[in-house]
Amino acid sequence: MSGRATVQFTVNGKHYAADVEPRTTLVDCLRHDLKLTGTHVGCEHGVCGACTVILDGAAVRACLMFAVQAEGADIVTVEGLADGDRLSPLQASFRKHHALQCGFCTPGILTTAHTLLSEEPDADADRIREVLSGNICRCTGYVQIVEAVLDARAAYKQKWAAAL
Amino acid sequence: MKAPRFEYVRPTRLEDAIGFLARHGGDAKAIAGGQSLVPMMAFRLAAPRLLVDIGRIPGLNGIAVDDDGIRLGALVRWRDIERSAELQRAHPLLVEAVRHVAHYQIRNRGTVGGSLAHADPAAEMPGIAVTCDAQIVVVGPRGRRIIAAAEFFAAALSTTLAADELIIEVQLPPWRDNRRWAFEEFARRRGDFALAGVALFYDGGADGTATNIHIGAIGVGDTPVRLTAAESAVEAKRITASIIRDAGAAAAASVKPADDIHAPGEYRRALLGVLTERALARAAGLALREDA
Ligand SMILES: Cc1cc2nc3c(=O)[nH]c(=O)nc-3n(C[C@H](O)[C@H](O)[C@H](O)COP(=O)(O)OP(=O)(O)OC[C@H]3O[C@@H](n4cnc5c(N)ncnc54)[C@H](O)[C@@H]3O)c2cc1C
Ligand code: FES
Ligand code: FES
Repeated sequence: MSGRATVQFTVNGKHYAADVEPRTTLVDCLRHDLKLTGTHVGCEHGVCGACTVILDGAAVRACLMFAVQAEGADIVTVEGLADGDRLSPLQASFRKHHALQCGFCTPGILTTAHTLLSEEPDADADRIREVLSGNICRCTGYVQIVEAVLDARAAYKQKWAAAL
Repeated sequence: MKAPRFEYVRPTRLEDAIGFLARHGGDAKAIAGGQSLVPMMAFRLAAPRLLVDIGRIPGLNGIAVDDDGIRLGALVRWRDIERSAELQRAHPLLVEAVRHVAHYQIRNRGTVGGSLAHADPAAEMPGIAVTCDAQIVVVGPRGRRIIAAAEFFAAALSTTLAADELIIEVQLPPWRDNRRWAFEEFARRRGDFALAGVALFYDGGADGTATNIHIGAIGVGDTPVRLTAAESAVEAKRITASIIRDAGAAAAASVKPADDIHAPGEYRRALLGVLTERALARAAGLALREDA
């Protein structure tokens, strides 16, 4: 027990160790200590969804976790979705459908939709809307976001079929 | 919006977690999913000096169903309940209520024990606990005790749990096969805390009468409540449109929600009446005329 703690975890396949105060949230650790600024931070109290990252396969709010709680976790942030410069099918679909304007909410929406489609590649518009109710977008009105996610399902279904 | 400074420990044994809480008195707090405590700390409504992370204590995340009922470990998450085919059969009311808790990402972290201990008056799990006569199993330095849900919630965000006690399990009585049930809540946006909500179940007799009726409500007082007046309006009767109206009126008349920034008390009261009617109609499989 001391004023600082070391935390180790994997982010986008890379191992990191950070020296943090226990009160440092996971999102602040990602952005300030690891300089992974793709994950955004909006409300800092769990209502906007901008900070969503994928922790051990599940979408979580990175502002509602202290970094120390993520010890040993396998984390994927929005930076981990693309394959180098090649957009992931979900990201490509967002571009095709104009599913972002200012882009502030986009990292959180992409990580959320990615876990949803990874688990439920058949999710319908209703389910997608329900899941995205935890992500606030001030710009788009959500219509194109839902269309983009619906359109990306084919790629996830293929992945499922290939895995069987 | 940054939490105040604190020290952090992550014991892997229940005894050690309790030891930390006991030694640090009110200065220490357990953290499970963090989905209520972290926002409280960000707003500085809570400022524990020591955070005891109980999230990795083994043996607290089991779901067990047997003839004695259902047992949920304190660390069972909303997502575990939502996805459990076993619970869908063994306690459909619980599963339906939990589907209304918060959003996808929060459901991936939030826990049963955390919700009970946090005791938000509009939270679904405390409402189910009170409606279903749940027993809450807690452990502290003086050993283990069982608290009936009816005795557990003291006021808004306040319970009869001591500062050095931890919830380890919640037990729900067994669910009967011929049971009819419904859960209805209203929130302005999906995932928000309910302005009001109703959970109910009864056993349907061969002659169509409802027995063993249990009706509970959230969001209409300091704690979740049983709507005993509405229960009396239904118990041992055949459910008809007029019984449903009586129960709704009895429900609304029996509560006195306070005004707050989310809604005037009168609004919540009227809402409770409507939700009670809807829930009863749904459980009974009757169509309700909205203008009735
Ligand atoms: C935007 C938002 C919307 C939400 N909407 C809803 C909603 O609609 N309905 C709803 O029910 N909830 C809602 N929640 C709260 C959510 O369900 C929480 O997960 C839950 O209330 C607390 O569980 P937790 O595991 O996260 O607890 P924590 O935040 O870790 O802890 C909460 C409190 O419980 C104590 N505690 C935790 N575990 C134990 C234990 N085993 N024994 C004793 N004390 C313990 C902690 O010390 C703390 O005081 C919402 C949260 C957010 C951020
Ligand atoms: S910054 Fe985390 S939910 Fe808003
Ligand atoms: S694109 Fe601007 S907030 Fe969503």
